[in-house]
Amino acid sequence: MIEKFDTLKAVAIPLDRGNVDTDAIIPARFLKTIKRTGLGEGLFYAWRFDELGKEVPEFVLNKAPYRGGKILVTGENFGCGSSREHAVWSLMDYGIRVVIAPSFGDIFYSNGLKNGLLPVRLPAGEVRGLIGRLEDSPGSRISADLPAQTVTGPDGTVYGFDIGSFPKECLLKGLDEIALTFQHEEEITRYEGVRKTKTPWLFLDI
Amino acid sequence: MASIIRKIWDRHVVTERPDGLCLLYIDRHLVHEVTSPQAFEALRKAGRNVRRPLSLLAVPDHNVPTSPDRLERIEDPDSRIQIETLRENAKEAGITLFDMDDIRQGIVHVTGPENGLILPGVTVVCGDSHTSTLGAFGAVAFGIGTSEVEHVLATQTLWQTRPREMRITATGALGVGVCAKDLILAIIAKIGAGGGTGYAIEYAGEAVRGLSMEARMTICNMTIEAGGRFGMVAPDETTFAYLKGRPAAPGPGQWNTAVADWKTLFSDNDGSFDREESIDAARIVPQVTWGTSPEDSLPVTGVVPDPAGHPDPRVRERMERAMRYMDLRPGMRLTDIPVDKVFIGSCTNARIEDLRLAAKVAAGRKVAAGVTAMVVPGSGLVKQQAEAEGLDRIFLDAGFQWRLPGCSMCLGMNPDRLKPGERCASTSNRNFEGRQGPGGRTHLMSPMMAVAAAVAGRISDVRGVL
Repeated sequence: MIEKFDTLKAVAIPLDRGNVDTDAIIPARFLKTIKRTGLGEGLFYAWRFDELGKEVPEFVLNKAPYRGGKILVTGENFGCGSSREHAVWSLMDYGIRVVIAPSFGDIFYSNGLKNGLLPVRLPAGEVRGLIGRLEDSPGSRISADLPAQTVTGPDGTVYGFDIGSFPKECLLKGLDEIALTFQHEEEITRYEGVRKTKTPWLFLDI
Repeated sequence: MASIIRKIWDRHVVTERPDGLCLLYIDRHLVHEVTSPQAFEALRKAGRNVRRPLSLLAVPDHNVPTSPDRLERIEDPDSRIQIETLRENAKEAGITLFDMDDIRQGIVHVTGPENGLILPGVTVVCGDSHTSTLGAFGAVAFGIGTSEVEHVLATQTLWQTRPREMRITATGALGVGVCAKDLILAIIAKIGAGGGTGYAIEYAGEAVRGLSMEARMTICNMTIEAGGRFGMVAPDETTFAYLKGRPAAPGPGQWNTAVADWKTLFSDNDGSFDREESIDAARIVPQVTWGTSPEDSLPVTGVVPDPAGHPDPRVRERMERAMRYMDLRPGMRLTDIPVDKVFIGSCTNARIEDLRLAAKVAAGRKVAAGVTAMVVPGSGLVKQQAEAEGLDRIFLDAGFQWRLPGCSMCLGMNPDRLKPGERCASTSNRNFEGRQGPGGRTHLMSPMMAVAAAVAGRISDVRGVL
């Protein structure tokens, strides 16, 4: 279900908060779906909307210059908490394709890669600098270049980032990870054979 | 020479790429109704099969109502569809299902272990971050997203990078009225909500050795609240005694061989950990969270902190935000905070030992007027055991509700939830904004502390009533 990612230049949204958890990204009551689609409506629901369902004008996503932004720049430990992949689905359904932060919850980071949402880790100081610039000139754009592993700020500053070679390849080519793993089927079966002899109690039926 | 983390990890590597990415074999896979439907659907669309159905257990827990009439009707159509979908997927793939009318039904992280499914040295995953709970058995246990659920269904493996390794040593022994929940809250306060990111954590030291399996599960459960990838406790006689005779544990013919193998699972003392932390368990007093992150934990004897005193403006801003959301003032004594609701339950604290500890405090006391308090056993078996011991009577006599097993008020997905502005003393694991219902306010604490709060009608130091 991965959506290819190569390069993107888009309006960036500064969300200057740390520890943004997946309950904040998409509250649990929106998880009662058996589909992956339509979750953008619930994105940051408690921050975007008031009790009556009206937009909160002060919230950054609701401010005019940031509408249609596709890149989110935010604080440390983004996506901590629950493993819900719905957090990634809701960001992507809203239109976000890149999240830049000093650090991510490990499960969120992995969920992003599996779907084609690029998580970019940059040093905290650089992220703070980017957020400052985006707040100073609302609506300015950032570009993300996966092949080059760089992000370019509104002022032209280029920041390099790390990403594993396997997820990078999967993202660039939109590869089906399960199909790739099937190429190791023989090794998996051989492994099971060895384990069945060494630790047979693990192969009792549940 | 290696840590237990590395020993178990290495056993499960099917193949390793030059860049260090490992194809890890998964022994056990637990699924629930919320994070699995899209995985099964994608599998079906691709024409793929579940590779090893008998390595799986399916349990509905997140959405299920905890009211007695739940078998007759589930009001919410979306919840009903998710539960029915789980049922259909399990049936189609030949997966064991503990359905709502099964005595073994309960929170996936409670029912898995009590049926002997989680053994030392296994790898276990579930589309739920609190899978870390199961590391208490000396297992590599971690939460995954739905795409990874699909990958495990199809291949029985996952591509994973090796974790960094951290050991947290808890010295001394916990005092009276202080339990595993207080220890883990104190640890999270110390290392921070992101302090464990990228790490697998081994909990060690005499304070951990002295804990029951239930208490070790409470500790490992909240590893994710410190950002850790998984947590674990090396198996020992406590582990073996817990497992012996459980339905899915090795039988008499294999038991001795299994135990001999499990006894090799410990960390060699070669200083191989990337990071070491320690904490003096004897100095920990009962903990309560004041804010909206599990790291906002303080001794119950403390006061709400003053953001103005913090040197970092970003931290100051976060604290002010949390204070507004929680409707608290700096300097307020924690024991002056009134509560509307009390929730005893969740994968953190709904096992039999938790209920025994809570019942000890509740015995002969009454829930304060105006407070709604509920006890939600972690599984049908926990409920049955508690009732055999008369714990249900103690809770009911004290004015608590005694409900059916499920995730209940931990996460605001089923009918048990807070109303906007309501304040809850909760034994669950997350005090995030809106976690227990939109606008709800959560104070995390131990089961004993939650009973003390129910009785006093405000946050209270349980040591004063023991």
